[in-house]
Amino acid sequence: MEDVWAGVFWAMKIWLYLIISLIMFPAMFGFSLGISEAYMTILMKTLKWATLKIQKANAEEKAVNNIPSNGLILRENGSMEKELGELRRSRPKPPVGGDFTLSDCFYFTRRGIESIVEDEVTQRFTSEELVSWNLLTRTNNDFQYISLKLTLVYGLGIFVRYCILAPLRITLACIGLSWLVIGTSAVGVLPNWRIKFWLSEWVHIICYRICARGLSAAIQYHNRENKPKKGGIGVANHTSPIDVVILCNDGGYAMVGQVHGGLMGVLQRAMVRACPHVWFERSEMKDRHLVTKRLKDHVSDKTKLPILIFPEGTCINNTSVMMFKKGSFEIGGTIYPVAIKYDPKFGDAFWNSSKYSMVSYLLRMMTSWALVCNVWYLPAMHQQEGEDAVHFANRVKSAIAHQGGLVDLQWDGGLKRAKVKETFKEQQQKKYSSMVVGDDSNSDSSFSS
Amino acid sequence: MGSRASTLLREEEIEEIKKETGFSHSQITRLYSRFTSLDKGENGTLSREDFQRIPELAINPLGDRIINAFFPEGEDQVNFRGFMRTLAHFRPIEDNEKNKNPPATEPLNSRANKLLFAFRLYDLDRDDKISRDELLQVLRMMVGVNISDEQLGSIADRTIQEADTNGDNCISFQEFMKVLEKVDVEQKMSIRFLH
Repeated sequence: MEDVWAGVFWAMKIWLYLIISLIMFPAMFGFSLGISEAYMTILMKTLKWATLKIQKANAEEKAVNNIPSNGLILRENGSMEKELGELRRSRPKPPVGGDFTLSDCFYFTRRGIESIVEDEVTQRFTSEELVSWNLLTRTNNDFQYISLKLTLVYGLGIFVRYCILAPLRITLACIGLSWLVIGTSAVGVLPNWRIKFWLSEWVHIICYRICARGLSAAIQYHNRENKPKKGGIGVANHTSPIDVVILCNDGGYAMVGQVHGGLMGVLQRAMVRACPHVWFERSEMKDRHLVTKRLKDHVSDKTKLPILIFPEGTCINNTSVMMFKKGSFEIGGTIYPVAIKYDPKFGDAFWNSSKYSMVSYLLRMMTSWALVCNVWYLPAMHQQEGEDAVHFANRVKSAIAHQGGLVDLQWDGGLKRAKVKETFKEQQQKKYSSMVVGDDSNSDSSFSS
Repeated sequence: MGSRASTLLREEEIEEIKKETGFSHSQITRLYSRFTSLDKGENGTLSREDFQRIPELAINPLGDRIINAFFPEGEDQVNFRGFMRTLAHFRPIEDNEKNKNPPATEPLNSRANKLLFAFRLYDLDRDDKISRDELLQVLRMMVGVNISDEQLGSIADRTIQEADTNGDNCISFQEFMKVLEKVDVEQKMSIRFLH
């Protein structure tokens, strides 16, 4: 019995030493031994093979229409004027009174039913649907047995992911996080010399790198000359808390956020000892002026790290960019837009907070194939003369959406939980009214908004 | 997520829905995915609130009337069969030729049934007549506060006058169909489903 325990203990020691030497140290110092590259190549080849197999099997079923899009319906995107004009063609315009026909309701009906079948907003709050299966149980929509080989590879994949990769990644993540807490607390003890600053940056980067290895992250940074600089504001699209790890692998940022309890609170308190981050109490978040002032103060101090803000305010599923809240754009200072795009084939990075807790989300991340993403640094943007914050925010949002290949939406990410504002309906009603009575109405009806 | 969806929908049910509505197998499974993603309560039925959660529908002036069309008289929940039955009205008509066995009864997406759907949008109390009052209420939904009562009233009067042939000051379904006989209902009340 004792031998068994000794054996297990010995095996675990070997396991830990292997991890530290083969993965942790290279990660800390930023070079690679080529193990993860080899893994990625094998993975990509396997997925490509699987896709071909599935496509061949479905060849008979796939009908004449080989549509590249993933949607359920093809929307008729005509404007209200165009559609109503076509509907009214069948009768002459009445000489007096309003221009209304019973068929006007067809336009609204069809738009309504189209949005019930498929709408632009609610689909952003669930994981992206894949075009072809990537051999993960969780993305299996319509499993049909295709071939023995495929099922074997799928089973092997489960074994590899849950029994080999997951423990490995969990170990690395634990090491990384504990190092973050210990290291930053240790650096925090030092007085404010230059070396403290350098050490804190080093500590932060190392543990983010370890955490990134803990997720098997393969990150490609583009246009690094545009990286956010001190005294600036980094602005990015938000998919999950892991965005922070992805961005901090390539430089130091000052975080902005709410003070949490529990493990997050411990991390936050430790981090702020080493270098200044901006953490708000829940009560302070309500006071917009206070928030803006604190951020302004941070930004104007040119020795402090650039702050990192996610203006969407909530996690979106990385197929689109939703409305940017104007608060971040009222601080002044240079905005450095960053676009992050994950490759969904290797793992779904989106955190559906209503469905999964943080812990189950992280476990899902650690049992995916890998985390592949591209980060583009866009050239700095400034608020122009006479441009208001909302317009500026939209400009930055379009630039990020365009670079990342994401859909640029005007809808508010807050619609995940909140109801849509009545004013949008009123806009529709007003538009329709102008088509009924026309703009040059000579009656005493008034246009109130 | 997808994997839950196909396990809860049995093959026999899919076949029945196929016969009744004319949707294809893959369309039905995908619409079932959509149905479950809207069903936040996860009890297999949708309530009016579930529909209201769709922002584009919530801002549609006729949103409430469209949502109402899914719910049978006096009920507050709609199951997947009912959901599909209502959506079937919007299948394009030419798809019926692809069906090898045309149904014995009139298909749900026939021209007449599409017009009936629109008729029921106006007919608030479901008495098979559109009264002046009902027309006014629906008009008010569409235009909001932007048109005065008098003008709206005269629009309603004129509309009824043009349509009403038997002098009862209401629009029956036959009169409704007659007024719209030149309108391309097939195209305007159809949605192009993929797959």
